[in-house]
Amino acid sequence: MKPHYLQRGLIYVVLLLAAYISVFPFFWMIVGSTNTMADILKGKTSFGNALTNNITHLLEQVDLPLLFWNSAKIAVIATALTMVISSLAGYGFEIFKTRMSERVFALLLAMLSIPFAAIMIPLFITMAQLHLINTHMAVIIPTVASIFIIFYFRQATKSFPSELRDAALVDGLKEWQIFLYIYLPVMRSTYAAATIIIFMANWNNYLWPLIVLQTNETKTLTLAVASLLTAYTPDFGMVMVATTLATLPTLFIFFALQKQFVQGLLGSAK
Amino acid sequence: MAQAPNKRKTDLTGWWFTSPALILLSLFLFYPIVSSLWMSLQIGKGMNLSFGGFANIYRLTQDPVFIHALLNTLTFLVVQVPIMITLALLLAVTLNDSKLWGRSFFRTAIFLPCVTSLVAYSVLFKSMFAADGVINSFLQTLHVISSPIPWLADPFWAKIVIILAITWRWTGYNMIFFLAALQNIDPSIYEAARIDGIPAWARFWKITLPALKPVILFTTVTSTIGTLQLFDEVNNIPTLGGPADSTLTLSLYIYYLSFRFMPSFGYAATVSYVIVALVVVLSFLQFLIAREKQTS
Repeated sequence: MKPHYLQRGLIYVVLLLAAYISVFPFFWMIVGSTNTMADILKGKTSFGNALTNNITHLLEQVDLPLLFWNSAKIAVIATALTMVISSLAGYGFEIFKTRMSERVFALLLAMLSIPFAAIMIPLFITMAQLHLINTHMAVIIPTVASIFIIFYFRQATKSFPSELRDAALVDGLKEWQIFLYIYLPVMRSTYAAATIIIFMANWNNYLWPLIVLQTNETKTLTLAVASLLTAYTPDFGMVMVATTLATLPTLFIFFALQKQFVQGLLGSAK
Repeated sequence: MAQAPNKRKTDLTGWWFTSPALILLSLFLFYPIVSSLWMSLQIGKGMNLSFGGFANIYRLTQDPVFIHALLNTLTFLVVQVPIMITLALLLAVTLNDSKLWGRSFFRTAIFLPCVTSLVAYSVLFKSMFAADGVINSFLQTLHVISSPIPWLADPFWAKIVIILAITWRWTGYNMIFFLAALQNIDPSIYEAARIDGIPAWARFWKITLPALKPVILFTTVTSTIGTLQLFDEVNNIPTLGGPADSTLTLSLYIYYLSFRFMPSFGYAATVSYVIVALVVVLSFLQFLIAREKQTS
């Protein structure tokens, strides 16, 4: 019995270490918000009393409510549109399979491997021609038809019981009614998992907004944090406050939807 | 006979569902892909482009910065992806044990890093790895090192910080896919193996690993694509791919070529197709290896 307990103990030590390493930077972020730049760079890991000072500095440097509004506006609109457009497509590809649609789907999967860097220049030129540079539209539009999310919804639709659809057709429901009144409620946890993934991706998006959003009036919180950080001597206390604020919404969404998130992911893998 | 028109009607209904996505994808993905392929054959600065054939490909071979960025990207790939996938796999197998106390706590804690934005965790890593920062003082307290490591000022250590940062951010994310796949393995197989006296490590090699092969392939391919596109971290942790371009990646170089200096879109497009080529070749190789193991 003895080696068994030893093994158990070792597993817990390793897991606790992994959990500690995973969570420590969050602790560091919150503690850092209350410390001065000098203390942060000296590696101080206890709470300080510079919080109000850091907040004041941040508010002097950036228009915080506007940044929050810009980020929230982009993330909420993009998430809503992505859910509608990509779930419709995932449902369509799985339920109405034809030889043609399977070919189109295969082409989409192949395009999934194209890195963003390969399309950003023509995309930028297209946006310039449409006079959308420096608008939030330019950030939102290219993301709402996401092949990854379409693929995810298609996989999840495989577990949608076909008897439900057949029964609804017999009852005389139209296709859009089946989608809206039967598919949507049944696939709740799939939608919850997708919400987390899409919201985080949009809230945290950096490279494309960096290219198309060029003035302080249109910038997002993520862009502002990055530009505070890449200053010649970043004031880390202030940057920590900004980082904490930028991380809170995604943390909140994650904990609010965590149960459905795990369910949705596990369901889609089956 | 009545079947045929009805069938055609359902076919059309399918396109109604998929067409909004397909229209957007053709405009904002398919067209840019084709356009950038065409652009990679153009030479010149700004909007003054002229046809150059394979001139850009020749320029690649003569460009030391490109070769540097390519080698950096491949270094990150070769070192980081195997470490992360192995870690994620081992953590998932450990956390799949239903008798483990505090399972959901550990799962949540290890997954937590991937809610942070790439920019946010850049802030955290940049400050933790400062010259007199928390990591150095911690290592000194433990007497692992005698003098502080110049994490972000030294080309070698800067690469290490980037690798540590990516591993921190993505291990939990990949672990979730393994956990999901482990749920699908029938527990009675393990039970039978245990009764037959097969030791734990052999159960792992003979049952778990083969069952997880598709997910290992999936996570390896997606992580490879992700690492080849590395941008946010190297732009923000050591700042602008420094020190001395030691963390300059292909994506960052494309960004510089297009948006920082006098833009040379044609050449930038050529560099971006190097990433495409790498993704295609590496994914193909990974599929090939996976298949070979299956037959042997």
